[in-house]
Amino acid sequence: MKGAEAIIKALEAEGVKIIFGYPGGAMLPFYDALYDSDLIHILTRHEQAAAHAADGFARASGEAGVCVSTSGPGATNLVTGIATAYADSSPVIALTGQVPTKLIGNDAFQEIDALGLFMPITKHNFQIKKPEEIPETFRAAFEIATTGRPGPVHIDIPKDVQDGEIDIEKYPIPAKVDLPGYKPKTVGHPLQIKKAAKLIAEAERPVILAGGGVIISGASEELLRLAEFVKIPVCTTLMGKGCFPEDHPLSLGMVGMHGTKAANYAVTECDVLIAIGCRFSDRVTGDVRYFAPEAKIIHIDIDPAEIGKNVRADVPIVGDAKNVLRDLLSALIALEIKDKGAWLERIYELKKISIPMMDFDDKPIKPQRFVKDLMEVLNEIDPKLKNTIITTDVGQNQMWMAHFFKTKMPRSFLASGGLGTMGFGFPAAIGAKVAKPYANVISITGDGGFLMNSQELATISEYDIPVVICIFDNRTLGMVYQWQNLYYGQRQSEVHLGESPDFVKLAKSYGVKADRVISPDEIKEKLKEAILSNEPYLLDIVIDPAEALPMVPPGGKLTNIVQPIRVEPKIKKAEFEEIKKIREMVTVKEL
Amino acid sequence: MEHRHVISALVLNKPGVLQRISGLFTRRGFNISSITVGITENPQISRVTIVVNGDDKILEQVIKQLNKLIDVIKVSELEEKKSVQRELCLIKIYAPTESAKSQVIQYTSIFRGNVVDLSPESLIVEITGSEDKINAFIDLVKPLGIKEMARTGITALSRGPKVLKPKS
Repeated sequence: MKGAEAIIKALEAEGVKIIFGYPGGAMLPFYDALYDSDLIHILTRHEQAAAHAADGFARASGEAGVCVSTSGPGATNLVTGIATAYADSSPVIALTGQVPTKLIGNDAFQEIDALGLFMPITKHNFQIKKPEEIPETFRAAFEIATTGRPGPVHIDIPKDVQDGEIDIEKYPIPAKVDLPGYKPKTVGHPLQIKKAAKLIAEAERPVILAGGGVIISGASEELLRLAEFVKIPVCTTLMGKGCFPEDHPLSLGMVGMHGTKAANYAVTECDVLIAIGCRFSDRVTGDVRYFAPEAKIIHIDIDPAEIGKNVRADVPIVGDAKNVLRDLLSALIALEIKDKGAWLERIYELKKISIPMMDFDDKPIKPQRFVKDLMEVLNEIDPKLKNTIITTDVGQNQMWMAHFFKTKMPRSFLASGGLGTMGFGFPAAIGAKVAKPYANVISITGDGGFLMNSQELATISEYDIPVVICIFDNRTLGMVYQWQNLYYGQRQSEVHLGESPDFVKLAKSYGVKADRVISPDEIKEKLKEAILSNEPYLLDIVIDPAEALPMVPPGGKLTNIVQPIRVEPKIKKAEFEEIKKIREMVTVKEL
Repeated sequence: MEHRHVISALVLNKPGVLQRISGLFTRRGFNISSITVGITENPQISRVTIVVNGDDKILEQVIKQLNKLIDVIKVSELEEKKSVQRELCLIKIYAPTESAKSQVIQYTSIFRGNVVDLSPESLIVEITGSEDKINAFIDLVKPLGIKEMARTGITALSRGPKVLKPKS
């Protein structure tokens, strides 16, 4: 058979059913073979969106997402999307066409050094030189992308390799490949686990910091059991959002630059910090000298290079979070656990003063109010938020959602964390919806980021992919605007977006239903209409550009929160009921 | 504390491996002072010897980041006392007179080097040894006039029966 057919066979052997891509000259043989195959191909309107969609697919499902482009400009357009996936350890397979092998190095039409281009932004990459290499390369690529610390893998495929003949009987798709340099360690060292268990049992003020690794590893249940067994409050990173239910009494919400007061203070005051599957990004730690200054740090991660990279680790444990947490729990059961009552009292006090005010009636709409109404609508439709996926873009929209939206399930809050890629949210929502067709997928985005990939309105319209787009429309690049106001003497340089476009008309021109939300009292009704329509839908939410986020100055102390959020002057009954549970935990000795 | 560290790595003999390694050093801001590559007794595996300057934290990161590369099979630090470290240097020395030539030949024999090329104006000396030995020789012949010079960078093996082996 032809190399191109072998590629499709190899993809099917990995269980791939849907791919995202954009054809072109150097990928013609592949697209010709695709014509006869059962693979579903979603033609995005830009290669970048194909990469983000494959990434969204991977994040929502936990399986590898696949994107395809041609050589040269096709490949360069994938770069931002693949770098985004790399920064957040998302298993994406990127296939790029390449000029025929005999033309490589000649500066041929649409030739680019794709191997060199993708090398620093992938976990690994390959260039296939002969059709016979196809089966083994694809098996290796999927193995590398989806195991250990996952990450994108790129395969560059010259046109003549796709056109060449391969004897698939002689070169079958292997069940296993030998990768002598790749042996991820998944089980934690028993001695280290014993040490960690002892520290946790004897701790007076422990805090868990859970990152994206908990979600990737599927360790949410183990995390919940550990937290409840020892009674340890849990904060998460942005990538960890969803690994621990944020309506749980032990949840502190997100920590870091835009973190909650409760989380930032708890981390600063704790005596043992259990960090699981996180890499201590500067957005989480602020100045590392003041980060958890009194704490012994237990750092659990599958990637040994993350341990000790940014923050000292007193007890390093290399392994898969699920295994390590399970072993840690068994070790803890045998130990006498010191009473954490006084600490939980403190957590209760912190949570009490951190309840954000959200019930604003202002017009233009305050973002907090929108998030509140969105939560209420979604919880009404899907009480456990089991079939709800939020994607955010980057900037204020992302941080409003991260700070205020209470996520309950893993893989239900998808955002570009490490790279902070504007334009990610909408195409990622397309990938998520394709991966989870029965989920309500809501793409929360700003007006700036949405315009970076708004051409994908054509994709959702043509394929009838019912995602609900909510644009936080303040005609401003809000995050930059906020920083300029805070740190550059209110000199607002190039942050005003003006009147164009009319997002409602824009969506309609693509055949996508759309509506504008101007007044707070119409949010719920219009959201319900959009979500229940089961059609592609865009809501243009006109929000207040003056509303700013609470933040810790870059490189600052986590407790130094500037422009703190307005908190509820009086605790309302419902919220009180929720946080009161933590006091009850203090008195309940057995769980 | 900044130190000179010698790192030995077994890597798959595949195109792009060196680019992966050098790209890693650039991106993470590690300084390579020298890097040598050559094939091993197994033609599918090459040995890369890297000399890097940095404190222990940098060294730890270098080794961990190298280990993350899929084409890198095994990495370890070679401590100076527990390994044999050698460099080869070719030096073209200006020596237009008989007395200058004989002086160079005398120095070369003391350093156990070889004269490998001779012309009326100059000669090429080949010298092998530790970095310090080569530096000492260079200092010695510098006043005579070094026309050009090529150093290979350190290559090294651990002493004794212990070997760097791929994990089975």
